[in-house]
Amino acid sequence: MSTAVLDTPPAPEAPVQSFTVTLIIRRFDPDQDTEPRWQDFDVEMFPTDRILDALHKIKWEQDGSLTFRRSCAHGICGSDAMRINGRNRLACKTLIKDLDISKPIYVEAIKGLPLEKDLIVDMEPFFASYREVQPFLIPNSKPEKGKERVQSVADRARFDDTTKCILCAACTSSCPVFWTDGQYFGPAAIVNAHRFIFDSRDDASQVRLDILNDKEGVWRCRTTFNCTDACPRGIQVTQAIAEVKQAILMGKR
Amino acid sequence: MTTIEAPRTPSRPARKRGVNWEKWGWIYMRASGVVLVVLIFGHLFVNLVLGQGVKAIDFAFVGGKLSSPFWQVWDLLMLWLALIHGGNGMRTLVNDYASHPLVNRILKLAILAAVVVLVLLGTLVIFTFDPCPAGAPANLVASFCPVP
Repeated sequence: MSTAVLDTPPAPEAPVQSFTVTLIIRRFDPDQDTEPRWQDFDVEMFPTDRILDALHKIKWEQDGSLTFRRSCAHGICGSDAMRINGRNRLACKTLIKDLDISKPIYVEAIKGLPLEKDLIVDMEPFFASYREVQPFLIPNSKPEKGKERVQSVADRARFDDTTKCILCAACTSSCPVFWTDGQYFGPAAIVNAHRFIFDSRDDASQVRLDILNDKEGVWRCRTTFNCTDACPRGIQVTQAIAEVKQAILMGKR
Repeated sequence: MTTIEAPRTPSRPARKRGVNWEKWGWIYMRASGVVLVVLIFGHLFVNLVLGQGVKAIDFAFVGGKLSSPFWQVWDLLMLWLALIHGGNGMRTLVNDYASHPLVNRILKLAILAAVVVLVLLGTLVIFTFDPCPAGAPANLVASFCPVP
C-alpha cells in the first residue's frame, strides 16, 4: 500500500500584501448630532477583504459606537445595503480589490429613507409599500388533496428573475423618483409584485396590476436603470417594471 | 384590547374611478415622442437641407409653406404634440423638485397657461396667416402672390 506523498513540497505562497485603506463614513448620532458628519478611519486590509470586514475592524478595534446592520454577511439576508463610493452595494459583497484604494472609500447610509443612526435607516416605509402589493400567493382553487400545485418549467421560468429579491432596498433607495417622491412604490415592491403577477398558480394578478396602475405606481418609473445597476442579486429590475407596465396596458399577464 | 388589522387591508385607498391620467400621460409621452421624431426631423430637413438650404428661409418661404394644406397639418401636429409633450415633461420636473405645495401649484398653473396660450396662438397663426399682405414689395413675398 502506498501513500500519496508530495514529491516536492509546495512552494510557500507569497504572503498576501496588506495595505492601509481610508474609509470616510457618514456618521450620525441622533443623541449628539443635529446633522450627519463625515469621519475618516484608516484600516489595514487585504485585497480579498470586503467593506463589511473594514466596518467590523473599525467597530471592534477603533470605534465601538459605529452602527450598522448585518446578519448573514454572505449576501443573502439583505441587511447591509449601503452607499459605497456613491453606489448602492451590499457591504458584504463589495471587495476592497474592486475599489480604487488610492483614494478614500466613502460609505454612507442608503438614501431616501429616514436616517436613524450612522448606516442604519428606517426600513418601515420600504416594507410598507412591499406589503401593499400583496406579496403572497392568492389562489382561487384548492390543490389536489395531498399534492402541491403543479407548474410547468416554462411557467416557473417566467418569473424566475424576480424571485431572487432579498429586500435589501438597494434598488428602491437608488431610485431618483423615490428620493423626491417617498410615496412611489419603488422598484423593490414592483419586483415582488411581478413575482406573483406572472406566477401561473396565482389568481390575483389583476388586483396587483390595479394597485400598481395608480398615481404612485409604475407610471412614476422613468427607466433610469439605477435599480438594475444597484441590485446585488443581478435582477433586471427595470425590465421587470416594464413588463408590469405592459401587462397593465394589455390588461393581462 | 388590541386589534390586529386584517392582513390584506390596503394601507392606501384604492384608486378612484375615472380617467387614469398617469397612465394616459405615460402613453401620450411615448406615442407623441415617436411621431415628433418624424415630424421634427422632417421639418428640419425640409427647412435647412433641401434646395438652397438655410439661405432659403425668409418671409416668402414661410408664407409659401403655411399656405399649403399639407404643411398646415404638419405644423399643427408638431405644435400640439410638442407643446403638450413638453408641458407634461415640465410637470413631472415640477413634481420632482417643487415640494412646497403652493409653489408646486403655481408652477404647474404657469406651465398650463404657457402651453394653452402658445397652442392657441400658434393654431391661430397657422390658419389665418396671410402670405400676401397688401402692398408688400414683390421681392419679399411668395411667388404666387398677385403683385400690385
